[in-house]
Amino acid sequence: MDDLLSEFLTETAENLSVLDLELVKLEQTPNDPGLLSNIFRLVHTIKGTCGFLGLPRLETVAHAAENVLGKFRDGRLEVTPEAVTLILQSLDTIKAILAELEAKEEEPAGDDAALIANLNLLAEGEQPDLDTLPASPLGPQPAPQAQPAAMAADPAEARADDMAAAMAEMAAADAAFAAAPQTEPVVEPEPEPAPQPVPEPAPAAKAPAPKAEPAAPSEAVETKDSAVAAQTIRVNVELLENLMTMVSELVLTRNQVMQILRNQKESEFAAPLQRLNHVTSELQEGVMKTRMQPIGNAWAKLPRLIRDLSHDLGKKIDLEMLGADTELDRQVLELIKDPLTHMIRNSADHGVEMPADRAAAGKTETGHVRLNAYHEGGHIIIQIADDGRGLNIEKIKAKALATGVAGEAELAAMTEQQVQQLIFKAGFSTAANVTSVSGRGVGMDVVRTNIEKIGGTIELKSVEGRGSTFTIKIPLTLAIVNALIVECGGERFAIPQISVVELVRAGGQSEHTVEKIHGTPVLRLRDRLLPLVSLRKLLKLDTAGGSESEQFIIVTQVGTYSFGIIVDRVFDTEEIVVKPVAPIMRHIEMFSGNTILGDGSVIMILDPNGIASSTGEISFAEEASHAAETKHKAHHEERMALLIFKAAGGAPKAVPLALVARLEEVEQKSIEISNGQMMVQYRGKLMPLVPFDPGSAIDRDGDGRKPVLVFTDRDRSMGLVVDEIVDIVEEYMQVELSGDGPGLLGSAIIDGKATDVIDAGYYLTQAYRDWFTSKGEAMVEEEHHERVLLVDDSPFFRNMLAPMLSVAGYTVTPVQSVDEAMALCDAGQDFDIIISDIEMPGMNGFDFAEKVKKNGCRWHHTPMVALSSHATPRDLDRGRRAGFNDYVAKFDRDTLLASLSETLSETRGTA
Amino acid sequence: MSTHGKPNGKASNGARHDDRDYEDSVDYVTMTIAGQLFGIPVLQVQDVLGPQRITRIPLAPPEVAGSLNLRGRIVTAIDVRLRLGLEPKPRDDHDMSIVVDHRGELYSLMVDGVGEVVAVATKDFERNPATLDPLWREVSAGIYRLNDQLMVVLDVSRLLNFATREAA
Repeated sequence: MDDLLSEFLTETAENLSVLDLELVKLEQTPNDPGLLSNIFRLVHTIKGTCGFLGLPRLETVAHAAENVLGKFRDGRLEVTPEAVTLILQSLDTIKAILAELEAKEEEPAGDDAALIANLNLLAEGEQPDLDTLPASPLGPQPAPQAQPAAMAADPAEARADDMAAAMAEMAAADAAFAAAPQTEPVVEPEPEPAPQPVPEPAPAAKAPAPKAEPAAPSEAVETKDSAVAAQTIRVNVELLENLMTMVSELVLTRNQVMQILRNQKESEFAAPLQRLNHVTSELQEGVMKTRMQPIGNAWAKLPRLIRDLSHDLGKKIDLEMLGADTELDRQVLELIKDPLTHMIRNSADHGVEMPADRAAAGKTETGHVRLNAYHEGGHIIIQIADDGRGLNIEKIKAKALATGVAGEAELAAMTEQQVQQLIFKAGFSTAANVTSVSGRGVGMDVVRTNIEKIGGTIELKSVEGRGSTFTIKIPLTLAIVNALIVECGGERFAIPQISVVELVRAGGQSEHTVEKIHGTPVLRLRDRLLPLVSLRKLLKLDTAGGSESEQFIIVTQVGTYSFGIIVDRVFDTEEIVVKPVAPIMRHIEMFSGNTILGDGSVIMILDPNGIASSTGEISFAEEASHAAETKHKAHHEERMALLIFKAAGGAPKAVPLALVARLEEVEQKSIEISNGQMMVQYRGKLMPLVPFDPGSAIDRDGDGRKPVLVFTDRDRSMGLVVDEIVDIVEEYMQVELSGDGPGLLGSAIIDGKATDVIDAGYYLTQAYRDWFTSKGEAMVEEEHHERVLLVDDSPFFRNMLAPMLSVAGYTVTPVQSVDEAMALCDAGQDFDIIISDIEMPGMNGFDFAEKVKKNGCRWHHTPMVALSSHATPRDLDRGRRAGFNDYVAKFDRDTLLASLSETLSETRGTA
Repeated sequence: MSTHGKPNGKASNGARHDDRDYEDSVDYVTMTIAGQLFGIPVLQVQDVLGPQRITRIPLAPPEVAGSLNLRGRIVTAIDVRLRLGLEPKPRDDHDMSIVVDHRGELYSLMVDGVGEVVAVATKDFERNPATLDPLWREVSAGIYRLNDQLMVVLDVSRLLNFATREAA
């Protein structure tokens, strides 16, 4: 039977039995407002659920009864025994329909018009005609056992029948009894309430009833008690929790006893303890099961959700649910309900395409969303897969930039996988437009936080055009977890096993040592530096105890952030029962709970999330609150990785790292001169070399090597010979003074020192005269603050132009494609001028300009300057027609700057 | 109100009082801290414990001595001396604690010694003297004049209020 239906039957059966009792009480104390509103609420609930499940016949009956009860409650109608009788009759009708429903799983056909008419009459304050009620609420096909009674019916008895069709057997035996329907409500086979109501209502009924035998009602009730209701009982969750605690305690005690037994070679307790052991284990398992619920309970609403969604969005979506009977702890179930709903919604809204798009992509018009749950090694795996469009890497990058979730340099260094993971960051939503369905700011970051809160993980696999799959791994139960027991500063702590990636022993005999940078401990682990956190310092434990020479490092991962926790000793793993800490200590975020170990001692459970967030790694919450600020910052000062080197004395020099293709060391001997230009054979080609300091002689006969920065653009390379490579730093590139010599962009404070930022372009022209036609002279000094959007697919030019323009006083936002630019447009960014390359993969500059200049685009009025290596008059013409205000040859810096200020003043003039 | 039947073994000889006081007397579990007699209404007391193995809780407020296992329930131990602004007493084998229930959580109040259960007459109740140390006045619900000494009534909820105040 449908879960929903059986739950409904159980619940309604309970409600009805309560109602029966309450109504009888009501008759005795007709003016008790508490009682009245309780009755009203119960009937209302029944009506509501019927409506929800699509049971119209039940609903109409319940509705009519509710009307009358509403009048009772508001005091507009007097509670008379007749009225109560009528209400009880409608309840009986409901019960009879329910019985049919349970047997056939569908609402029986039938007509309750007479009953409803009577109820309505009553509601209007008129005397209902009780005699007109039909003989059986089940209409033409009465329940078989009701037949004898129906046949023997005279008017009075017929009325009785309809009240108690299911009681028909008894009614036939003692028809008069049936005239006192009020006895029937007793569902619990307790005899006490039964006899009470009999004397009072009986005189009120038209046909006075002889005394009913007290045993009869309960017997009758038993026969009609819902079979579904009888199989399950409702138990207070608190009771189950208590049971669980007691069993946990029993398990711990058992462990202790078993420990004692192990130390005694021969004991007469051995056999009974063995038995106790088994029984305890089974008991534990059994009690655990009481907390388990099929995951399908959390899915019940999803088909409806998908149906509504596909309707609203005009998509065709098929939802497939596998493994709905996989059971997990009800506490876990509650916690994943919302994240699951959210993710399904996402799949349907963002993942699955419109039918036309799907057909165009060669897929079936109907999109599939598959939900799959199964057990795997003490965990529940839930997969949510769609065959939709998958994640668009470029869109995510643009979005990450636009929202300030990641910087451009960071993005460039990321693998596709890492880029995809960005959707879990706070403040991220992939849908370009916020729809009513999803994308309301609470996104995947919340989903992830919720899942991690219960010790779970979430993974994402996505192939563009083919679909996405989310895999959630959550522990079966929160009640018992595996934990690693560690010691630090003489205290023991537990760390959930699920957050432990590996254990490393450092110091002593081990190959690993903890090194320190300005007192901050770090560990070299497989060619990476792992930040370390000293638990001793973190928890302000005694410094005494524990040897410094040997330490253990627990490598932990929180999200994508890995770090190590330094502890003194590592013990075993143990199964622990997590209990919340006392309220007066809930504010300590280092602990997720506490527990009692097998030896009976209390131990605190460390929370890796709390440790991570308190040791510098930004927490999700923090990130969200600073999102606006970061966003602001990200757009005004781009963080840039800079290579610092020394050459020609004086201040250190810096060049954007992204410009540098490689760092090489060239043997001085291998340098050749060709056509007056220094050359070196490099990767099977001749690469021109340019000394940073033309004055410094390169001793081609000397030994020794010179560091060379190799710049590459497309297929051409050149080497810049410097004296020493110092460091790579990541800084907000804020060039402060315009450089005064050729080859210098200006100075910036980098790493606390005044540093010359070199103009790589200048040196490129030294190698290839046709690379640029730049003179490298003083630039426009005037302070602008216009915002420039730079669209260029070549990272080289972006990196060259961005510092150059920012020196000239513009605020530059570089993007690498039209798509990214449009994403910024959609994100509501505004610019004063757009500089765009023409030849770009995907959409080219002309199309871009046409798109921007189209009416309705946010940037409709923003002037555009084209940048191209082809600057023929024909190109110029085409550019202007497409909507560019000006057209500049790519390497002509001065013209570009002039064109920018000209175009800007022009538009200002017209504006 | 029951005058007998708390799990404390000392309760039986402590509950000696005249039957005519039955209506207007209250039973208190008494304890001593730094020579001062304190009392907690007997119905609030869950248990009386001897010395226990206590797990320290790093970063917890100083008054929290740690937590301990009481028949499978985790109980937070409070050093009442520190709460009252007194010097902590060096731990020894005679530490006694009174376990109380506060909003469903158990707390073990560490005191110097636990006395008997006494029935005190409500007529012997006094308000806190206005001159009492503010720290004491905060946790004291009033004073009873006993024959030979004065008993301070500990207000458990206010005694345990320190952490919420700090956390806020």
